[in-house]
Amino acid sequence: MTLFEPLTSMLQSGEAHFEPFLPGLILLLPLLGFVLNGFLALRSAAGSSRALREGGEWDPFKTEPRPATHTLPSLIGPGVMLGAFVLALINFFGAMGADLHDPVIRSYWSWIATDTLQIDAAIQLDPLSLVMMLVITGVGLLIHVFSVGYMRDDPGYPRYFAYLNLFVFFMLALVMGANYPVMFVGWEGVGLCSYLLIGFWFSDREKSDAGKKAFIVNRIGDFGFLLAMFYLFTAFGTLDFQPIMEGAPDQLTYGSGLVTTIALLFLLGAAGKSAQIPLYVWLPDAMAGPTPVSALIHAATMVTAGVYLVARSSVLFALSPVAQATVAGVGVVTALFAATIALKQYDIKKVLAYSTVSQLGYMFLGVGVGAYAAGVFHLVTHAFFKALLFLGSGAVIHSMHHALHHTHKDWDAQDMRNMGGLRRFMPITWATMWIATLAIAGVWPFAGFFSKDEIIWAAGAWAGAESNPYGGLYTVYWVLALTAALLTAFYMTRMMVMTFHGQNRTGESEAEHLHEAPRVMTVPLMILAVLSVFGGWINVPEDLSASFFGLFGALPMSEWLHHWLEPVIHSAAEIQTEHMGEISHHAPFGGGEVMWAAVSTVLALAVVLVSSRALGGRSVKVAVEDGEPTAGLGRILYNKWYVDELYDRIIVQPVLGLSRWCWRFVDSVLIDGTVNFVANFTRLTGWLSSLFQTGQVNLYAFVLALGALLVLGAAVF
Amino acid sequence: MTDFLLSIGYESWILHALIWGPLVAMIHVLASPEDRAKHIAFRWSLALLAVSLGLWWAFDPGSGGFTMTSSRPWISAWGVDYALGVDGISLFMILLTTFTTPIAILGSFEYIGKREKAFYALMLLLEMGVVGVFAATDVFLFYVFFELTLVPMYFIVGIWGGERRVYAAVKFFLYTALGSLLMLVAILYLYFQAGASSFSIAALLDAPLTLQEQLWLFAAFAIAFAIKVPVFPLHTWLPDAHVEAPTPGSVVLAAVLLKMGTYGFLRFLLPLFPEAAQHPTVVTVMMVLGVVGIIYAAWVAAVQPDAKKLVAYTSVAHMGFVVIGIFALTVNGIQGGLVVMISHGISTGALFLLLGMMYERRHTRLIEDFGGIGRVAPLFATAFVITALASIGLPGTSGFVGEFLALLGTFETHPTVAILASTGVIFAAYYMLPMVQRVLFNKLDKEENRSFADLSRREIWILAPLLALMIWIGTNPSPFLERMGPSVERVIERVQLSSQEARLEGIELPGPAAEPNPTPARTGGQ
Repeated sequence: MTLFEPLTSMLQSGEAHFEPFLPGLILLLPLLGFVLNGFLALRSAAGSSRALREGGEWDPFKTEPRPATHTLPSLIGPGVMLGAFVLALINFFGAMGADLHDPVIRSYWSWIATDTLQIDAAIQLDPLSLVMMLVITGVGLLIHVFSVGYMRDDPGYPRYFAYLNLFVFFMLALVMGANYPVMFVGWEGVGLCSYLLIGFWFSDREKSDAGKKAFIVNRIGDFGFLLAMFYLFTAFGTLDFQPIMEGAPDQLTYGSGLVTTIALLFLLGAAGKSAQIPLYVWLPDAMAGPTPVSALIHAATMVTAGVYLVARSSVLFALSPVAQATVAGVGVVTALFAATIALKQYDIKKVLAYSTVSQLGYMFLGVGVGAYAAGVFHLVTHAFFKALLFLGSGAVIHSMHHALHHTHKDWDAQDMRNMGGLRRFMPITWATMWIATLAIAGVWPFAGFFSKDEIIWAAGAWAGAESNPYGGLYTVYWVLALTAALLTAFYMTRMMVMTFHGQNRTGESEAEHLHEAPRVMTVPLMILAVLSVFGGWINVPEDLSASFFGLFGALPMSEWLHHWLEPVIHSAAEIQTEHMGEISHHAPFGGGEVMWAAVSTVLALAVVLVSSRALGGRSVKVAVEDGEPTAGLGRILYNKWYVDELYDRIIVQPVLGLSRWCWRFVDSVLIDGTVNFVANFTRLTGWLSSLFQTGQVNLYAFVLALGALLVLGAAVF
Repeated sequence: MTDFLLSIGYESWILHALIWGPLVAMIHVLASPEDRAKHIAFRWSLALLAVSLGLWWAFDPGSGGFTMTSSRPWISAWGVDYALGVDGISLFMILLTTFTTPIAILGSFEYIGKREKAFYALMLLLEMGVVGVFAATDVFLFYVFFELTLVPMYFIVGIWGGERRVYAAVKFFLYTALGSLLMLVAILYLYFQAGASSFSIAALLDAPLTLQEQLWLFAAFAIAFAIKVPVFPLHTWLPDAHVEAPTPGSVVLAAVLLKMGTYGFLRFLLPLFPEAAQHPTVVTVMMVLGVVGIIYAAWVAAVQPDAKKLVAYTSVAHMGFVVIGIFALTVNGIQGGLVVMISHGISTGALFLLLGMMYERRHTRLIEDFGGIGRVAPLFATAFVITALASIGLPGTSGFVGEFLALLGTFETHPTVAILASTGVIFAAYYMLPMVQRVLFNKLDKEENRSFADLSRREIWILAPLLALMIWIGTNPSPFLERMGPSVERVIERVQLSSQEARLEGIELPGPAAEPNPTPARTGGQ
């Protein structure tokens, strides 16, 4: 039928049995990388600490050639990733054309087993985990390669790759685990690696603070995850995915308090990991880490774990319309809220951080309204274009840093006000980042167009579902989501214009040292750019495929991802349809998907064009001259709505104050005071009675008589 | 392995060897020259560890009762027996003791600078006492060993401790002695109530008691053990003792001495007084104290300027998980509690060793005196971070398995308690990470810290087995769980069965309480 028919037919699932190929090795390779790099890291750290103790600083790059500790990781780090990626691909293609309605489970050993509980160290291969594995190992490989260039001159080079490999191991465990506890191992493990990598340059107080904040805020989410597991265990007697998802529709009542509680607790966990309101505050601070880390952990993979969790538990969410509406609401409000903050940030990574929070909000909206495939779809495309944006910003910062370093100018290398006109120096970075910007803005035919459009459309379509009790609410979500999309187009354009266009503001002598990144960094950018263009084609929405947007049916993989994920999400979809009725084919205010797709892409493109013209002509002051915005909405947005300050005032300080009070008053005065009082009282009475032990017989006789009198008196009266 | 052990009659002599071995070692140490003392003590403790490891294979969980039992009359006039045995609960406590002792001894090589002979002799005496506590199946014998542990610890803190060592040692001694006196009274009452001809646990289980008697006796035992654990608000002796104790003292105190309290809960409180242990008021009180301990101690820990005091308070928080796990009376709760006991012994022991190493290098325990240590001592920092993570229960480490099971088991019967206690995972990060940051990270801005030496070979040998165990138990706790399982189930059965009986017979236990055997009671009271 089309040009791509052979490809299309290959991608359909069939009847054959899926025999995974060395799935455990996919996990083991990054772990091996961690061990080897970790060993090198300790070796090199021993050298650096020796130098420090002798009073000097250590420079591993003094000697030529570089020491093995700083060359081998370039092989090991990306090498194990390549191996894992190839294995993931083999398994992915092996799974195609096979019957995947039951996940393939490999159980390695019995992890925690008691009389009533059985948790295996088991992994599960199914459509969802296979997609996630591809994204993690694929994008991860590119970022590892990029890091070889980016981190080249860092003394902590081997340690960096050790942490990065360990992260991939835990991230794979998170998506491959066949039960909630194994997933939780990955869940907290990636949090640990995030902590270690945010605080990678740990000598800097601010950076290690940021790592600590990320860990503690995430633990608030983990608390929800833990409790959800407890509820699930009491309801099902197991924590394995398969029996829970199969049994849930029968064992849990639709809309019951129990299932709503479980789903909302999982949402708390997801909000922590995926930086949603109210737990998003750690992610912007997490930008303290090296930029490739932000790309891998804080954009492409770890922060999407919450979306994965909801998709993985789709049946539970589908059973609770309240929880669904909450997930979607949290998502869309976060999307809009973070977008407003991004409007007024000057740090290029902060813009991208809030953008990530905002895009994750879209994914939550998607999985919240029951469009699990759309949510996962946006997760995949976002991994491409946001990783690209972060790596691109890394290339920019890298270049800025070198330029400023050359003349010892102590300007902020990440502040966009100090940039401008970088297009001239970094054409590849410029071009690839524009592709990503168009993708995130939702301009056709870039990847983000298809995925974002499908989410927004799903919100609108479910708003009009026959018997959706929250139809009105979904309509609001739909409007908010459209608004946030326009903001996205604006702040991204602003970022691109401030960074790459106009006059260069870095300074004349500095500008001479601005340069394009080396090949090892630009190649990953280019590959990601290709993916940001074509990545959306894996799931062209059905209604669009026959229209102009689907090139009138010529795009090959219409609804492919949706079909691929069908085994994982079909029962959730059935539950939702059963209770909410069929979805509408009209948006809340009329119009079909094609029309709204046209409206949104035209609007997005218009915002990009208009704002780039408007901003392009504006003159920007460099950071030292500009200072902070002092009035109006700009100041509030620049200060991120003062949420950090609010949390500090209402949570952090009270807990600290209470802790001090517990120590200084309850523990020291009340409890220990009582203990010491008893001891002293005993001693006092002992001392008092010792006063009577004078050895004088007449005193004893007197006391004896007195006592006798008292007894007599008591007896008489 | 098992066959080999059987062929050498391992089962019949191992427990005796582990009790009397330390005593022989102690005599050897005392008879040796001062400068040889530590090496002799270390070798003996290592040999005892090696011998005790056979328990891992020789122990057969069976139906959960005592195995390797042996008994001979000791004070036959009172029916006191020298009776030993081991079950799935005490097995790991004994192994934890024999495992911790050589590590603590090796950890004192640099720290202990005076009167070494006496010190190592006392450490071995302590080992004897603790093993005795866990191996005794006769309540009187248990009590003797329980008291015996007080003496060496008192001297270890009082002689080799810090500035306020005498205050701390006396507080420790009086506090615990007070508790055990209450227990002694209760034991004697129980003995006469049972019409007793024997102090063995099995005999005392049959003591006919009214609910009211049970509650009183429960209270007496519970206070004794709760001081040891320690349960909030009876915990204030612990931070003082820890801060003043020398490193090896802290290690043994945290790793095994505290466990005698929770072990007592499991071994005596639940089986001896099942009615009381299930009484709603009692359960509520214990649960509330456990939860308060978890949260309150975490908060207090978070604001401590002294690193050692911080870790001491975290012990109270950790033991809170054990307390709620035990009184939840579920298999998962109690097994979780046991794993927390093991895990806490390993990770907190390791933390105290690390803090001791810091003290040896810098002669300060204040967190603010450090900073940037990660740059000069990478191995030390790595060990510190792994230990801290195990302590706050990161999945994949031993701490997680224990806390997860304890909370899950608690949730099964007391969801509200488990929900409140689960906030402990947040507060654990809140107390531990700032300390890690302020010690290892941040700027290396103090000149003295530049010369902070990394781990020596000896120190690596001390820490490596502890770190390996944290990961091993975290990733594969099944061999542990399956060995303790039957004994835990047996405890629960005993408690639930007796309450069923009581219910069948109409709540009022047919107690000859009104007219107990009055004669022995009077004489015994003297």
